[in-house]
Amino acid sequence: MTRDEIRATVLRTLGEIAPEADLSTLKGDVSFRDQLDVDSMDLLNFVIALHAALHVDIPEADYPSLATLDGCVSYLAAAGAR
Amino acid sequence: MAEFLMPILTADMSAGTLVEWRKKPGDALERGDIIALVETDKGLIDIEVFTPGVLERIVVPPGTTVPTGTVLAIVRDGAPTGASPAPAAPLPAPASAPSPVAPAAPTMPAPPGRLKISPLARKLAAELGVDPTTVRGTGGGGAIRREDIERASAARTAAPAEKPRVALDRQARLRQAIGAAMTRSKREIPHYYLATTIDLQRAMTWMAEQNLTRPVTDRLLYGVLLIKAVALALKEVPELNSVWRGSEPVRREAIHVGVAISLRGGGLVAPALHDTAGQSLGDLMRQLRDLVQRARSGGLRSSELSDSTITVTSLGEQGVETVFGVIFPPQVAIVGFGKLVERPWAVDGQLVVRPVVTATLSADHRVSDGHRGGLFLAAVDRLLQAPSLL
Repeated sequence: MTRDEIRATVLRTLGEIAPEADLSTLKGDVSFRDQLDVDSMDLLNFVIALHAALHVDIPEADYPSLATLDGCVSYLAAAGAR
Repeated sequence: MAEFLMPILTADMSAGTLVEWRKKPGDALERGDIIALVETDKGLIDIEVFTPGVLERIVVPPGTTVPTGTVLAIVRDGAPTGASPAPAAPLPAPASAPSPVAPAAPTMPAPPGRLKISPLARKLAAELGVDPTTVRGTGGGGAIRREDIERASAARTAAPAEKPRVALDRQARLRQAIGAAMTRSKREIPHYYLATTIDLQRAMTWMAEQNLTRPVTDRLLYGVLLIKAVALALKEVPELNSVWRGSEPVRREAIHVGVAISLRGGGLVAPALHDTAGQSLGDLMRQLRDLVQRARSGGLRSSELSDSTITVTSLGEQGVETVFGVIFPPQVAIVGFGKLVERPWAVDGQLVVRPVVTATLSADHRVSDGHRGGLFLAAVDRLLQAPSLL
């Protein structure tokens, strides 16, 4: 899966977690928590959805790597998202 | 025959809008069935049946707002097969129902089935008089977003907005509901407040180890450990698990912890995790995920709104270190948790850094005193030091 495809999947997943969010203005290098009204339950659901969509195992210790959109894409690409 | 009434789901609920009937005349009603969808200040609530019967006749059509206690339908005793005749349901017990003070999702006119729509979009739809069931969503999974509502509104060039005041009314009602409950709480309940700082090193370490072996869908959040510890501690100080009925506090056998959940776009709701003390952490976590999802998208059940025997609220995610809770009448206590922070901590004469959380108890002095409240917080602390036993 290309980085663009991963990015699209991440954004789609975010849209499902926080349907009211305006993702068109989301900054790639700023944490989701600082831009969206999300909490730890949302982030857990985000990880669960990414796992289902991209077949990537995401240990809890790696959650900080998923804090931003750019971080997500890099992490998932390196983890072999497919 | 029995009358099916507009239930009082919370202490300050005075009216509700019958949004949709989920059963039709002639349908059998079993305990736990959803018979209707009702809009309250707490949002859209699935109303459950508590005793079996057969729906005989619908009295109040969808879209009608009626005071609590109004007859909504007539229910015939017994199932159509003739089995298990029983009086049918005036639903949840009004005056005895605990009341998490709960603002709610904005109003929505009679949706057939569950709409996937953000609360913000739903609110805007009501403000602009747009029927969201006619709007095509462009969000994830077809969810209706704010932009979709704005587009639909702009497209209706000639059509006047029919319900421009609904959302404003909802917001006003919501604040009124909170105001009424909190005013009553502050006026009637002599609160006392206690706080303690709890070392969560063992709990966090244990949970991290657990989460290594759990599938991602079963992973725990530490909040569920806190909730379970509160539920178990209530067994040691059971008077805190009481609700007022008239002028008497009634101790509840079952422990149903109400969990304060913030709603997108503002407000909160505190539905119950039923039998909190009797469930495994994994089961509680699954239920909590489900509860949060339904609280935010609509679909809470009437029993979840009315059954809480105590409330747990956490504002740690907002960076708050200490919560001074206001008790939800008719409950007699609320437990607050603040932010998980690293602090210098003395252990066996050595200074170490530990993750700690401030736990608070606001309790009703007519029912318990500081000594018992202190024992309760001490029990919460002790239980969290042995997380594998939770």
